[in-house]
Amino acid sequence: MNMHVDGFILQILLGTIVTIKLALCAAVFGMVIGLIGASLESISNRWLRYIAASFIFIIRGLPELLVLFFIYFGAAVILSQLFGHYVDVSAFVAGVVALGLIFGSYASQVFRGAFLAIDRGQIEAGKAMGFSRAQIMRRIQLPQAWRHAIPGLGNLWLVLLKDTAIVTLIGLTDMMNQAKVAASTTHQPFTFYLIAAGIYLLITSVSQKLIQLFSKNANRYMHT
Amino acid sequence: MMNILPYLPQLASGLSVTLILMLASLCAGLFFAIIFTIVSYSDTFFLKKCVDLLVFFIRGTPLLVQIFFIYYGAGQFEWIRSTFLWTILREPMACAIIALSLNSACYTTILLQGAIQSVPKNEIAACEAIGMRKWLAFRRIIFPRAFRLAIPAYSNEVIMILKGTSLASTITLLDVMGMTQQLIAETYSTVEFYLIAALIYLILNGIITGIFRILLHWSVVPQQSH
Repeated sequence: MNMHVDGFILQILLGTIVTIKLALCAAVFGMVIGLIGASLESISNRWLRYIAASFIFIIRGLPELLVLFFIYFGAAVILSQLFGHYVDVSAFVAGVVALGLIFGSYASQVFRGAFLAIDRGQIEAGKAMGFSRAQIMRRIQLPQAWRHAIPGLGNLWLVLLKDTAIVTLIGLTDMMNQAKVAASTTHQPFTFYLIAAGIYLLITSVSQKLIQLFSKNANRYMHT
Repeated sequence: MMNILPYLPQLASGLSVTLILMLASLCAGLFFAIIFTIVSYSDTFFLKKCVDLLVFFIRGTPLLVQIFFIYYGAGQFEWIRSTFLWTILREPMACAIIALSLNSACYTTILLQGAIQSVPKNEIAACEAIGMRKWLAFRRIIFPRAFRLAIPAYSNEVIMILKGTSLASTITLLDVMGMTQQLIAETYSTVEFYLIAALIYLILNGIITGIFRILLHWSVVPQQSH
């Protein structure tokens, strides 16, 4: 029964690297989207605020699969019509964009909460000390917001890791895809999906430990 | 813009599959969540560990893996195929409902446990003071209170399950997502049909949010005026 298992496990491990790479890229892209979203939602221009809020509402309300397919298949159609010839959208890029948008629309709420959690007196104190707007942001607001944002961002990262599984449906050879190939070639779907599930469990568990470390590190100056 | 009228019956059947998946999984999920929560507050060590392990496994793995695991994985064993279990496990609908219910049960268990933690301690102390037994206090005071506290978070859970039903399209079910894919394959109107599907999901979201707003309004405890 176990004769081909070893070779496939190597493939699955290679796929794991793709999965992690995808999750990291999506998280970085998502953080940028989230920061932009949070700042758009907090500025005084009403129209920009409405646009940001409704964009976030729409992305959060749609199934991840639909967002991914819309970006992968929909973008190919739209871009092809725009340029007048067939445009191939890379599965990896589509995955990063789709997962990043989803991550970002949730992260914007986390960032907003984190910035609101900083006492206004701190910003006023910065102004009183003659700090510029950028200095207040960099020296006072960002370090403290980071501390408040870690638990929320950590949860989003865990959700993102699990969401990466759907990119296999647009043909990216991630871990899930390798498991699928192995399962159908060897007729041992139970074994290989269990292995895939085990690897996801391992990644999420390690992530959880890392998030705890980050959180401890960010809170090291706090008296408890 | 194209005319979507001829495709309405198909979209409606997709919608009904999505709704069946969602409602069945939510009912089963809530039922098992209550059982899991009671078990996790009982004194049986072995059962408690089992629930913990299941919750850890389900929350740590993607829903897609769980669906594939149940739908394709069960077929690997001859002995399952020869029992009556196979009549259930070869049906994609049943597998999708099992996976979604398990998912919903585990996430809701966490919610309920959190809600029970945040029931005011003095109310539990009051139960003890008037001599209520553990289960009576649980049934009459703690659980109703915890349910009320869990409503806002549970509405997110319901929306998560609604979004999760779209993954059922990967095991050949024709829910809103599956039907959309099929219609796109037939008509090549990619963007239009994805937009229609998006609209359907957003409307469902709106309805769920509305229902929970009413529920929350109903469940408010009348406060005694001082």
